Amino acid sequence: MTERLLSARDLGVAFGNRVVLRELSFEVYSGDCLAIIGPNGAGKTVLLKALQHLIPHEGEIEWSQTARVGYVPQSVAADRQLPLRVKELLAAKARYLHLADQEMEQVSSELNLSPEFLNAGMGTLSGGQFQKALIAFALLGRPNVLLFDEPTASLDELSEERIYELVHELQSQKGITVILVSHDLSVVYRYASRVLCLSKGKPCIGAPKEILTPERLEEVYGAPPKFYSHIQEH
Amino acid sequence: MDASHSYAVLLAAFFAIAAGLVGSVALMKRMVLASDVISHLALPGLGIAYLLKSNPLVGGGATLFLGTLVVWQLQKKTGLAADASIGVVFAASLGIGALVTPGEDLLEALFGNFQKLSLVGFLLGTAAVILVVLFVVQMKNQLILDLFSPELAAATGVKVARLDLGFLLVFSLTVLVGLRFMGALLSSALIIIPAATARQLTGRMTQFVAVACAASLISVAVGFVVSTLILKTSTIGPTIVIVSVLLFVLSLLKKK
Repeated sequence: MTERLLSARDLGVAFGNRVVLRELSFEVYSGDCLAIIGPNGAGKTVLLKALQHLIPHEGEIEWSQTARVGYVPQSVAADRQLPLRVKELLAAKARYLHLADQEMEQVSSELNLSPEFLNAGMGTLSGGQFQKALIAFALLGRPNVLLFDEPTASLDELSEERIYELVHELQSQKGITVILVSHDLSVVYRYASRVLCLSKGKPCIGAPKEILTPERLEEVYGAPPKFYSHIQEH
Repeated sequence: MDASHSYAVLLAAFFAIAAGLVGSVALMKRMVLASDVISHLALPGLGIAYLLKSNPLVGGGATLFLGTLVVWQLQKKTGLAADASIGVVFAASLGIGALVTPGEDLLEALFGNFQKLSLVGFLLGTAAVILVVLFVVQMKNQLILDLFSPELAAATGVKVARLDLGFLLVFSLTVLVGLRFMGALLSSALIIIPAATARQLTGRMTQFVAVACAASLISVAVGFVVSTLILKTSTIGPTIVIVSVLLFVLSLLKKK
């Protein structure tokens, strides 16, 4: 039986007079891959932050007691000059959470992180490597829910493909529940089990086939999204 | 050299180590400007204490910690506007400090003076340095996470605002220990310059912190010797700063 991991009820977020999210309710079950889509400014990133209580919000967010959440942000405004190696960043989290020594090794081997990669400075990593380091960071602590905020926003197509394959692998092989913000509707169509569509109108949630229809996408994005023809090819 | 002089020399060395530690973190947090302002917050308190003929460190410490809380609140509440707000706090402190500090004491308040130190003063100063070291060592992991990304640190469970306040207080405590040697204008220099020197010399975090402490210690030792033995002056702050700047210039010669 699938367990309910997250329940959000009447969720609202406003910055001053600007309402970003209003009366949003949805649930996430274990094994789900929930994709959050919507135009720029619809509140996708804000929603992920609110779910982690990183920003003030209204309404209720209830995580199951068994939920262990990992987070991969869209970008990290880290100082590229920061004298910090990948393994030092991972070790800091592991020590802060009092994780067993083997856990860092396990995560490194699961993601095939080489000793050279672990010894590299965070500022010297390419976009794809940096994102992989963030995923390794998120996987420490054995999360059963991973929140991805456009994990491939600044990557080339090949790196993008690799990252999404990794996300899919984590979901299908390790049973990790995924909540994924993505602009790439073909990826959403391919990997998501449910889609939450945020827009200025009423938000909607359902299976990809129900949500990713030409009519609805045109209504949400204001124009036929260029990815739609790509989706139809699958 | 009698015991009270030895206490002063020893505490100056301890201060150098604390300054290296705190300076490394401040540099990585990119809060050097805010840090510099903090040291000036002591000036109004120093001035009032001189006026009332009471202990300058008590007065300086009081406005230092009060001002630190103000800076923390400004950083927390005003976001990007913090820089401008901190600039205002800086100007206000300097203005009020210069106004209330009696003319003859102003130089000492600004640049410090190397005097004898009582055992109690030495023990209090040493306790403050131990607190600073303990904070950095104990909070090392949270600090690393916060340095990399305050957002990820918060998502991992780190109370970022509390950590920032803790660091600002520890920074103020370090400034307070150095106040008597370096004065309100220069004590933050020893926190910032050796860290900048170390950053030129190494790209590894542990080495960076160690080199910053060493550069700070060398600056104090050489500055002290040059001031007292060659220049025959008790105002050692400017010499220490010049030595630390020379070390920084030397560090620029090294290619990373």
